Amino acid sequence: MEFVVSQILSGVSLGGQYALIAIGYTMVYGILRLINFAHGDLFMIAGIILVYASASLPLFISIPLMILLTVLLGFVIERAAYKPLRSAPRMSVMISAIGVSYLLQNLALYITGGQPKTYPRIPWISETITILGATTHIVTVVTPFLVIALVFALTMLINHTKIGIAMRAVAKDFETSRLMGVKINSVISVTFIIGSFLAAVGSVLYFTNYPTVIPMSGAMPGLKAFVAAVFGGIGSIPGAVIGAFIIGICETLIKGTDYSVFSDAFTFALLIVILVVKPTGIFGEKTTDKV
Amino acid sequence: MTKKKKLDKGSLITIIIAAALLIVTLVLENTINANSLLFTVIRKGAVYSLVAVSMNLLNGFTGLFSLGQAGFMLLGAYTYAILTIPTDIRDTIYYLYQGAGFRFSTVDFFKNIFGAEDTAGFVSMVLGVLIAIIAAGIVAAIFAFLIGLPVLRLKSDYLAIATLGFAEILRAIFQWDKLGKVTNGANALRGYPTFSDFNITDASGKIVFRLSSTIPLIIAGICIFVIILLINSSYGRAFKAIRDDEVSAEAMGISLEKHKSLSFCISSFFAGIGGALFAMFASTVQAKTFTSAMTYEIFLIVVIGGIGSVSGSCIASFLYIACSEWWLRFLDNTQYIGSFKVPLLRNGFRMVVFSVVIMIIVLFFRHGIMGNNEISDIFNRKKKKIDENGTEENKMHRRLTDNEK
Repeated sequence: MEFVVSQILSGVSLGGQYALIAIGYTMVYGILRLINFAHGDLFMIAGIILVYASASLPLFISIPLMILLTVLLGFVIERAAYKPLRSAPRMSVMISAIGVSYLLQNLALYITGGQPKTYPRIPWISETITILGATTHIVTVVTPFLVIALVFALTMLINHTKIGIAMRAVAKDFETSRLMGVKINSVISVTFIIGSFLAAVGSVLYFTNYPTVIPMSGAMPGLKAFVAAVFGGIGSIPGAVIGAFIIGICETLIKGTDYSVFSDAFTFALLIVILVVKPTGIFGEKTTDKV
Repeated sequence: MTKKKKLDKGSLITIIIAAALLIVTLVLENTINANSLLFTVIRKGAVYSLVAVSMNLLNGFTGLFSLGQAGFMLLGAYTYAILTIPTDIRDTIYYLYQGAGFRFSTVDFFKNIFGAEDTAGFVSMVLGVLIAIIAAGIVAAIFAFLIGLPVLRLKSDYLAIATLGFAEILRAIFQWDKLGKVTNGANALRGYPTFSDFNITDASGKIVFRLSSTIPLIIAGICIFVIILLINSSYGRAFKAIRDDEVSAEAMGISLEKHKSLSFCISSFFAGIGGALFAMFASTVQAKTFTSAMTYEIFLIVVIGGIGSVSGSCIASFLYIACSEWWLRFLDNTQYIGSFKVPLLRNGFRMVVFSVVIMIIVLFFRHGIMGNNEISDIFNRKKKKIDENGTEENKMHRRLTDNEK
């Protein structure tokens, strides 16, 4: 019983962390039709920034600083690597994203010198707590609530603000919204800023559970979050969140069995099944091809 | 159909260049220091060109954006290693799983027939290796056929992510300890014939004639030649038609399902062979080498060379490997100009510079080194009208891909 409770708790928590990354994927895909392969690596860079920032600054300064820098980096990546390719074929942008991912990983490798960096211990959320006999960290309990709060705020932003309306318009029809006077570039920048912000928050929650950060830490969570986004129907925020929770819980449950080596593979198997059975995901809109 | 196709000037020159490079390698290998990094570059470059060309067949010529190459290389590498490890050392390699579960070695099989002495032993080794390499390709192709059944119905980026997913699943399966008797779990396989076993030795074991860098070039060369023949055949034209416009291609009577599956299997077949060669190059096989990062690396090579150009992929592979393994090495060590210590230089800086260069190519030279031309096109230039936008076909292709958005 205790084991099951602790498994489910950490599954929900992991799902919440994936959800924060998945939102970044799904929003960018919704607007640019681009799998932003660099998003997972941005998440890793956020972890590394905090490692270095917290070495010389107290946490209450270094965490906001880390979030700020990550957001800035996300913004710069969009401006430098994706904006020049706005009129290029879709594949070129995706290649550029792969290139950025490669660059970020190598940059992290250079900065850290290939050594695993110890993630700072964040007070309060790293403390242990006992729920229904299962011992866990406070972060595990906090994560789902934080995720729900952030998603609620994001939904409000998208449904009730001017920029939100612009984002929905751009996602619906890129060209037409441009004709209607929507400033495409600023909308896209805002999308990347929100995505990076959520990834930065997610990185604090995610890496607290792990002792170290390495340059490859971002690749797998990134891919899984993308799968979550596809699972929920890419472009849909609630879909991404639900997909992420399902994947997080399933992964943790599999890790508890003898088949733990398949915990990553399961995610991809799920992806392939969903793509074959219902390519638009759970909440995705049906699209038709124009000839 | 008795009409014989005459070789055009460009193709002839290309073949001559390739042959000349092969001879130069053979001569260099037997004259200068065999430990030179040049030979590492040649070996790894040959392996990567084959894999890059196989990926180009899929991405550049059929328009299927697949990111599963590392997975098929993994299949090839494991098939090769499992088939060729000598029977007598199997138990020491699989000691963690109380000995090997699979005790057949193609090399030993031929040694039993022809004998294990001198020349006969060498011939058996070569035959065993060749059979294992072909088997590696076939296993990869069979898996590709099975994976292709559900996956090839997907479009562009969904296909990319699904193939990437399959590669990850394969990696997990090969690391599964229940299969440890065959795959050695997460541990490395080693002890199988590598490129250096192709060096001809005399009775005392002294190397009399080196072939270890020429062999990978020959094998990769033959495979790439076969791919070129395929691209220029009617199948190749069908692939290009699918790339340019699926709907039109289908309307012209090309079966999408059949041709996509064919292209996927052939590409994986050669990726499997590439994996076997990679195993021979690296001299150990471990599932954790074949990550998605490896696929990205190969994909970037294809992009640098030009999507849709076989010669571009080959040139880019050698350049890429030479830069990453050899020419840019100095960036990783502290350097002094006079008494001035150059800042920033330390371990890892090479890869940062390298990835910045790649980003510049991706952003500003989108058509790569060759665009979608071949070397032979350069020599045949008079015949084709080339304006600054590239060839007619090139422009058409670009227009179509733009429309796709």
